[in-house]
Amino acid sequence: MSTTERTGASAGATPPAPEPASVPIKAIRLRHPWRMVFAVLIVVVFALLMIDAAFRPAYDWPSVGKYLFDRRISQAAVVTIALTVYSMVIAIVLGVILAVMRLSPNPVVKSVAWFYLWVFRGTPVYVQLTIWGLISLIYSRIDIGIPFTEPWLSFQTGDLLSLFTIAVIGLSLNEAAYMAEIVRAGLLAVDRGQEEAATALGMSWAQTMTRVILPQSMRVIIPPTGNEVISMLKTTSLVTAVPLSTELFTRSRDISAETFNPIPLLIVASLWYLLFTSILMVGQYFLEKRFARGVGDRQTEKKDPGTATGAFTGVMPVVGSDPPAVIVPPKNAPGGTR
Amino acid sequence: MSAMNVPMAQSRPEVPMVLAEQVSKSFGSNEVLKSISLEVKRGEVMCLVGPSGSGKSTFLRCINHLEVLSAGRLSVDGELIGYRESHGKLYEMAPKEAAKQRRDIGMVFQRFNLFPHMTALQNVMEAPIRVKGLPKAQVEQTARDLLARVGLAERADYYPAHLSGGQQQRVAIARALAMEPKLMLFDEPTSALDPELVGEVLDVMKGLAKSGMTMIVVTHEMGFAKEVADSLVFMDGGVVVEAGDPDEVLTNPQHRRTQAFLSKVL
Repeated sequence: MSTTERTGASAGATPPAPEPASVPIKAIRLRHPWRMVFAVLIVVVFALLMIDAAFRPAYDWPSVGKYLFDRRISQAAVVTIALTVYSMVIAIVLGVILAVMRLSPNPVVKSVAWFYLWVFRGTPVYVQLTIWGLISLIYSRIDIGIPFTEPWLSFQTGDLLSLFTIAVIGLSLNEAAYMAEIVRAGLLAVDRGQEEAATALGMSWAQTMTRVILPQSMRVIIPPTGNEVISMLKTTSLVTAVPLSTELFTRSRDISAETFNPIPLLIVASLWYLLFTSILMVGQYFLEKRFARGVGDRQTEKKDPGTATGAFTGVMPVVGSDPPAVIVPPKNAPGGTR
Repeated sequence: MSAMNVPMAQSRPEVPMVLAEQVSKSFGSNEVLKSISLEVKRGEVMCLVGPSGSGKSTFLRCINHLEVLSAGRLSVDGELIGYRESHGKLYEMAPKEAAKQRRDIGMVFQRFNLFPHMTALQNVMEAPIRVKGLPKAQVEQTARDLLARVGLAERADYYPAHLSGGQQQRVAIARALAMEPKLMLFDEPTSALDPELVGEVLDVMKGLAKSGMTMIVVTHEMGFAKEVADSLVFMDGGVVVEAGDPDEVLTNPQHRRTQAFLSKVL
């Protein structure tokens, strides 16, 4: 019966009758015995390590518990966070400026940015921080005014710059070089036609950058910037070179210098770093998800574009007519194709 | 110096809208345009056709100074493009001056190049607000009118990704028109479109031509050229091979290369 119905429907002008529902596949699932073996093996090894660590006296868990919420440690954790936040904010702003400079048509501006990157990316951050720590030996006074005349303002460098400020300067100037490359990758990932369209409309280069190119490059810039924040959090432990001693790592070293028991304090510091990076990782996950909108899941997400995207009009690229398939490296640099 | 060069009267019908005199353009040792001389009158629609790589698009991009000429002179509405002439010397224009010239020349691209992070309406409003500094409310009204004119009044708040290719290209045309250009350049406006969407874009362009807009259209749509264009220019290998009345060139091409090309596309 059903056969006659089907042929009739496909041959005649009447609307086709619905096909019978397809039969779900009933098959024995492929087994992965080795996965189980390795999983069990890993669990066993891990458990043994844990049990061993729990009873190993060198870890001194009671001390870990004692110092984990020590007032000095939590204060130091706040300093670490402050260093991270200040340095990153300055680095991002500087990085955007440097990246735009590197792509500028002006050869002077371009060279300055290139030189900056060469210096700050080419030397270790620890060395840079040490040099910044000696800044008041190199420049004992800062004068503001016209050269070879009486200065309008004069400061003792040591009075003007606290160790914390010097640490922020050192960290942010170094990080800016890396941020510049991230931002540049983002700018290059934007289709060249965008710049042409803006130019053809009579927009200036600055308008093209700020209104058209930068907003679209955010999608590419955000994920690696999240990585940089996490990296910065850990790099703050190097400011002992300045020497700033109030942040997490140096503070725990100082405490252990008194107690002659370094290992539990290193565990304490590590736990705090882990807590912060975990929080940052959660934040990065949501940020990435938000910025990936319009790229990965364009079809499924917004049913009504007008209302769904209204919330972040202007700042973030929500949809792309020609989105890059991958996030990080720009495949075709502008100017490379012609 | 600039006082010497104040543009004369606004509308001088005797001056051609576009005048190209021995325009040449090379990329390195590759000569893409070889001494092109052309004239486009006010209100005229000119179609540029020819095989790919013949220099049509490059010539179009020279007109609004997206490409810099290697030799020759090119002027729009009597004003030299990209250079200022004073006391018989040419001075390269500052980017600001070049940008000012581009305001009056609308351009529509093959790949639309709409700003994906802006809605259709915002795309149309961007340049009049940022470049001309016009008040937002006034610009929005004009922009909505323009979108209505290209048949997209209901799509004003859609992002480009939610529009079809034909709709995107019509938004792009509205965006160019928002700057009230005196000349419109179309760089293969329908080449990236699905066949069934070509018509809607051509219809908008036909309407535009009827309204008296001066247009230069690089296209492969011979039907459009025949119907709308006042003149047709066939380019090949960086030179103008044949030019004249579209009907005549299309039905009775004189040059062998034109014949060969047309036999393939018609």
